[in-house]
Amino acid sequence: MQTARRHNALIRWIDSRLPFVSFMEHELHEYPTPKNLNYWWNFGSLAGIMLVVMIVTGILLSMHYVAHVDLAFNSVEHIMRDVNGGWMLRYLHMNGASMFFIVVYIHLFRGLYYGSYKNPRELLWILGVVILLLMMATAFMGYVLPWGQMSFWGATVITNLFSAIPLIGNDIVTWLWGGFAVDQPTLNRFYSLHYLFPFLIVGVVLLHLVALHTHGSNNPLGIDRKGPQDSIPFHPYYTVKDLFGLGVFLIVYAALVFYAPNFFGEPDNYIPANPLQTPPHIVPEWYFLPFYAILRSTPDILFIPAKLAGVILMFGSILILMVLPWLDTSKVRSATFRPIYKQLFWLFVVDVAALEWCGSQPPEGSALLIGRVATAYYFIHFLIIVPLLGKLERPLPLPTSIGTPVLQGGGAAGGSSARMEKP
Amino acid sequence: MAASADSTMPHASGEGETRRDFLFLAAGALGAVGVVAVAVPFINSMNPSADVLALSSTEVDLKPVVVGQAITVVWRGHPVFVRHRTPAEIEAAEKVPLSELPDPQTDQARVIKPEWLLVVGVCTHLGCIPLGQKPTDNRGEFGGWFCPCHGSQYDTSGRIRKGPAPRNLVVPMKDDQKTFNYAFLTDDSVRIG
Repeated sequence: MQTARRHNALIRWIDSRLPFVSFMEHELHEYPTPKNLNYWWNFGSLAGIMLVVMIVTGILLSMHYVAHVDLAFNSVEHIMRDVNGGWMLRYLHMNGASMFFIVVYIHLFRGLYYGSYKNPRELLWILGVVILLLMMATAFMGYVLPWGQMSFWGATVITNLFSAIPLIGNDIVTWLWGGFAVDQPTLNRFYSLHYLFPFLIVGVVLLHLVALHTHGSNNPLGIDRKGPQDSIPFHPYYTVKDLFGLGVFLIVYAALVFYAPNFFGEPDNYIPANPLQTPPHIVPEWYFLPFYAILRSTPDILFIPAKLAGVILMFGSILILMVLPWLDTSKVRSATFRPIYKQLFWLFVVDVAALEWCGSQPPEGSALLIGRVATAYYFIHFLIIVPLLGKLERPLPLPTSIGTPVLQGGGAAGGSSARMEKP
Repeated sequence: MAASADSTMPHASGEGETRRDFLFLAAGALGAVGVVAVAVPFINSMNPSADVLALSSTEVDLKPVVVGQAITVVWRGHPVFVRHRTPAEIEAAEKVPLSELPDPQTDQARVIKPEWLLVVGVCTHLGCIPLGQKPTDNRGEFGGWFCPCHGSQYDTSGRIRKGPAPRNLVVPMKDDQKTFNYAFLTDDSVRIG
């Protein structure tokens, strides 16, 4: 209320009835933020910006796209060749999906490293996992729309996952398809849902932000702010830092769009869908490969057949993140003060990278073996290592406040990592 | 860090024009340029695409259209009335004094060949398609066209004579509004657009 007094009479009049200006000033301007955030904290706002980019380009693309099995492929080529700037819209959208996932995965690993999921931010973290699941569904359905070979067979394979459910699996698949194969009803409903889901994501993002602003950002030290001396206002300090990061990010994104637009794509998706012939080697988009690897590497487990076990583990690999705040028994958030967790974190990153590679290979020979080991380790990390480590590991002493290491190490140009090791 | 912050302080408390103001404005201007550079192609993507523009001309065979008959052809998604006028209709159109017309225009200015009248068949009031192409249609008091939506009446030159429409039925013209946007390829065929 006090801040609105600075504005003119009209804004004050509106603000006393609909406190939008004070709300924005409170949440974006004064919003106290830990003063030690490093560049890994840029990726949340980048993800929000990518969501907007995807919605804007998507709305424009939908003005030219036709969701019909006979016309969809050609309408995408129409966008590429005839629509003014259509090639740019499509490449921005297509590569935007990849950039969105890169940003979100970095954001997620940032949370894993600095323990951002721990008390009191458990719901913030769970909402993030919900956003990830919605994003995956959206990206999958969007990939079906161009109705190329990979679109069609990707849709066939992924929807068939549900046939692994005992008893009702096949009925569910028929229901998903709206028929007896992936066909016009499937394409039509995927288009409808692909348009709906981003707005669901916007809704969950708003909840994510409410949860974030309740306790504020975690920080590289992982300790709570003790007072105003540990905070700086969000604006201008982090708006500027976010904008700088955005500039760097946009250079990478633009380089991809303008110089290597099909870098992440599959050439087979430029062949129109043919329900009578499967391409020799189907792979999903890169952002699904680790999960695809888990799906394919899983053997029979006890009485559960491999098909069902693979589906359970694939979905479980994401859902397990939701219970991570309770699996992790360590009270110390930041890996900076957890010497063993810090190393095991990087081992986990390597494990996911190995799964990524396995997902891109045919499931045979050494790729299958590595995939199985990596799948097992993925779950060992969350179910055994993380719970035990919290009990066994001896964390380094925590600094007394965010301000202390900064002030003690004042003037050092070493950056945040140098400061963090001091205490 | 502390030293550099101090050194900028006198400027900040000084005249009011500081290096920070300059950087703020320069960054803001560059950002605005970037937003516009992206917005232009985005907005332009909603303009007619290359395949739509490629369909912007229509060729019409006039041979089957006998005197007194009219046909409707589609050009850029609109109906174009092609009327093979009788000598009586031409005479009626030519002898009307301009002072009687709400939108004064001679018949000669509206045709290339007097026996062929080509007008866009969209009422200039609110975009309905007037009746009068079939002999059985109501052609209104002036023997041209009658719009069923709000009762506008056009004469045999497609000029508005009565009713709410403000303008004559549009003759296909190029952007300069001086040359016709249709041409007779032979005596029996015309290309619109």
